[in-house]
Amino acid sequence: MTQKEEQKTKNLFNFEKPLMELYKKIEELRKVSESSQMDLSEEIKMLEKRIETLRRDIFSKISIMQVVQVARHISRPTTLDYIGLICSDFVELHGDRNFGDDKAMVGGIAQFEGRSVVVVGQQKGKSTKENIERNFGMAHPEGYRKALRLMRIAERFNKPIISFIDTPGAYPGIGAEERGQAEAVAKNLREMANLTVPFISIITGEGGSGGALGIGMGNKVLMLEYSIYSVISPEGCASILFRDSSRAQQAAEAMKISAKDLLALGVIDEIIKEPVGGAHNDPEKAANFIKHAIIKNLDGLLKLSPRELIADRYNKYRKMGIFAEVAELADAHDSKS
Amino acid sequence: MAKISIHEWFSKRKKEKESDYKIERLDVPGNLWVKCYKCNAAIFSKDLKENYKICPKCGYHFKLSAKERIEMTLDENSFKEFDQYIRSKDFLDFTDSKPYAKRLTEAIAKSGLNDAVITGEGTIEKMPVKMGIMDFSFMGGSMGSVVGEKITRMIEHAVESKQPVIIFSTSGGARMQEGIMSLMQMAKTSEALGRLRLNGIPYISIITDPTTGGTSASYAMLGDINIAEPGALICFAGPRVIEQTIRQKLPPGFQRSEYLKDHGMVDIVCSRNELKATLVKLLKFFSN
Repeated sequence: MTQKEEQKTKNLFNFEKPLMELYKKIEELRKVSESSQMDLSEEIKMLEKRIETLRRDIFSKISIMQVVQVARHISRPTTLDYIGLICSDFVELHGDRNFGDDKAMVGGIAQFEGRSVVVVGQQKGKSTKENIERNFGMAHPEGYRKALRLMRIAERFNKPIISFIDTPGAYPGIGAEERGQAEAVAKNLREMANLTVPFISIITGEGGSGGALGIGMGNKVLMLEYSIYSVISPEGCASILFRDSSRAQQAAEAMKISAKDLLALGVIDEIIKEPVGGAHNDPEKAANFIKHAIIKNLDGLLKLSPRELIADRYNKYRKMGIFAEVAELADAHDSKS
Repeated sequence: MAKISIHEWFSKRKKEKESDYKIERLDVPGNLWVKCYKCNAAIFSKDLKENYKICPKCGYHFKLSAKERIEMTLDENSFKEFDQYIRSKDFLDFTDSKPYAKRLTEAIAKSGLNDAVITGEGTIEKMPVKMGIMDFSFMGGSMGSVVGEKITRMIEHAVESKQPVIIFSTSGGARMQEGIMSLMQMAKTSEALGRLRLNGIPYISIITDPTTGGTSASYAMLGDINIAEPGALICFAGPRVIEQTIRQKLPPGFQRSEYLKDHGMVDIVCSRNELKATLVKLLKFFSN
């Protein structure tokens, strides 16, 4: 197998198993064509087409827990991948100026389509070793404080902010609690609300609860097709509410965590399409889709004044919530009193 | 009296203990004695009530209902409730062991509240305040759309009237039955506090046992002054989650008020019987 194909079969999900056969056949044809000098490129092309059709078909019927698998895939492009693909002149900036530098949260300055921007985001690893270094994309308070520091730089020099969200959640550990994980997230929420510059948040993989929201209060919130965004992981919800973590599928369905559901609820503004089979199958293409979504949304935001940007953001989150004003109850009470 | 074996005597004693505990947990009115959770001391109900529901022996702070807190904090009859008639809705058709809609009906019947927070205005030594008081007895004080909306509206009233905000928090975190919408309440309430801050209006957060998850990671930790009741569990992630993640025993006193004060997260750990006097001093500072 060519290296690229080997990578592709290695990346197959268990629900993509039917594709394995086709990849094997292509491999066989290649071997035959090499040894016999027969030209089988037509046949190989046909098989490749069939793979694409079959994959499209599989992904059109994808279940929510399969989406969760795609969102968490070890080869899924990371924040630094996307920054590298859509920006130039990136300079990573480190540290929160208080405690340390959190490698689970990255950020810095860059050029995006001829414009200076500040980028921040959680960073996962692509191997176990990398993931340990990056703490699986789970930031400590210093990570959130670093992100806020960079957002403040953007504000001071009037540059737009782009945040990339991909985290299982803010890290639950002793150090994180001692240094004020709750305070760090809470403060970010309050301060993001009052930023005077355009701010776009993109959920690129896992949008894990407060840890995701902690850098995610953009004027626009965009979401990759096979990402998730939820108040608790499906497994966590299943073990708390269903008392059985194996009922994650049921919990995931109940909580409505897919991009489509979240768009319907008005929590996100736009779904960014992914290449067939998920972003990891073609990171360049995925990055290109993201780039165009940012351009489109940034154009509108750049027309707003600082005051309008704050008002726009305030109104966006002010509207969140579904409840009933029980008029009958009020009436009954009034007539009694 | 018939003689009983030692074994029977112990089992009888154990049963009595258990039933005591149950009575205390239910907190049925009319019970003359209650037992302290922490030191097991038997306390005369009336004494407990007169002592702000603090155990006279060990200082343990019993949980309070929102109504009790209003009585203890505000000038008599000064409280006026806001948005009493907002109720939660099962908009996701969420069913775990029972449907969310049913859970809500039960919680309303059991607690006598419409949701996990009461908001309103009143005076403390004649100084006007806007106030939110959470109640743990309604679905563990979990924050859903209604809690978020009532808190936000109350803060917006405070912005208009330029009056200080006081919030008593007690909450198990976000209400999972409302999915992502519960998370969004963190954004909504925090941005309202951002607006309050820009308008130069003070916010005093009083954190009581327990305050965790989405509530601590939004308005509970955002006070200009953060006050914690003694011994309260205050955290982002609960101790069980942390133990499961790091597979280590947690240090003693971890995530309790005193620990948070030592780590710089709260300004004051204030016993309930001194709370009102402390609030008066703070409000005086802000208004003078």
